[in-house]
Amino acid sequence: MPQPAAPPAIRPSLAELFRAFVTMSVSGFGGVLPWARRTIVEHKRWMTTEEFNETFALSQFLPGPNVVNFSVVFGSRFGGAPGAAVALAGLMGPPLVIVIVLAILYARFGDIEALSRILAGITAAAVGLLIAVVAKMAAPMFLERWNSAPVFAIMAFTGVAIMNWPLPYVFLGLAPFSVALAWFKR
Amino acid sequence: MNSSPLTALAGYFALLSLFAVGGANAAIPEMHRVAVDVMHWMSDRQFADMFAIAQVSPGPNIIIVTLIGYHVAGFAGAAVATTAMCGPTCLMAFVVARTWDRFKDAPWRIAIQAGLVPLSLGLIAASAFVLARTADHNVYAGLITAATAAVAYFTRVNPLWMFVVAGVLGLSGWL
Repeated sequence: MPQPAAPPAIRPSLAELFRAFVTMSVSGFGGVLPWARRTIVEHKRWMTTEEFNETFALSQFLPGPNVVNFSVVFGSRFGGAPGAAVALAGLMGPPLVIVIVLAILYARFGDIEALSRILAGITAAAVGLLIAVVAKMAAPMFLERWNSAPVFAIMAFTGVAIMNWPLPYVFLGLAPFSVALAWFKR
Repeated sequence: MNSSPLTALAGYFALLSLFAVGGANAAIPEMHRVAVDVMHWMSDRQFADMFAIAQVSPGPNIIIVTLIGYHVAGFAGAAVATTAMCGPTCLMAFVVARTWDRFKDAPWRIAIQAGLVPLSLGLIAASAFVLARTADHNVYAGLITAATAAVAYFTRVNPLWMFVVAGVLGLSGWL
């Protein structure tokens, strides 16, 4: 039986894993990714910048919600099947309860105007937070010399954001070339 | 049996999840089409309200499927829709993750990983760009985005404080 990935310096317990995913989930207004990186890379130091980028890229490549996939991949790496279950439960449990309570309150009181005004503010801030996280994640890639990676990042960005091409096509169209170049660069 | 709303929810969201490369935001238009136009589960306005509630609630944005399920068939519907959307893809993620970690030092794995990271970063940047285009519809919203980005990049201040400030400014009608 081959061993799974070598355990990192600090290995979280199942309870810590659960608490960490609850924390990033309930903080994650307008997206969980910035909070996942903040908790895992900056606070707990369970992963390096590179490890986090790689794990998130894998989660993004798989079908299904990215952050949900990430919780399963991360949880299984640090705690096997129980770790995956615990991380997923921490990520999905609290928002499930919160969103249904909000739906019931909305059905009863229904002031969607006030809600959407608050939302307009939070969304503007959430976008800013996402921009900061992309900048942090991408900084090492742009600092390395003679490196083709930024070209692929810029092409993926242009295809989806500027040309409005469907995301799966852009991903599947660029991936073979990006992987091939990485293979020859080894 | 096939006409039961729970069966319809389960079948539809399980199928959708397998095609949802790119996450929740990429799947929203398809959900809208099915929930409003095909299945007539709700009106256009109700779908827009659910989208707003899912956005204002913390956690993964995919949580909108919980609301759709709840609207169609109560708590059972919420549970069925959420499980169908996340179950099959979570199992797949688990299997791939185990295989991936087993081949940790294989050259092909290292190449795939190195090839996927820049694409992943480009796509996250694209979603930030697309979100900014809809969120920053006036100067004040743009300033909040810029200020939050700067604070989050250069300081260790908890970004929730920026959210509180931005939410209050929004409520008071600045945005």
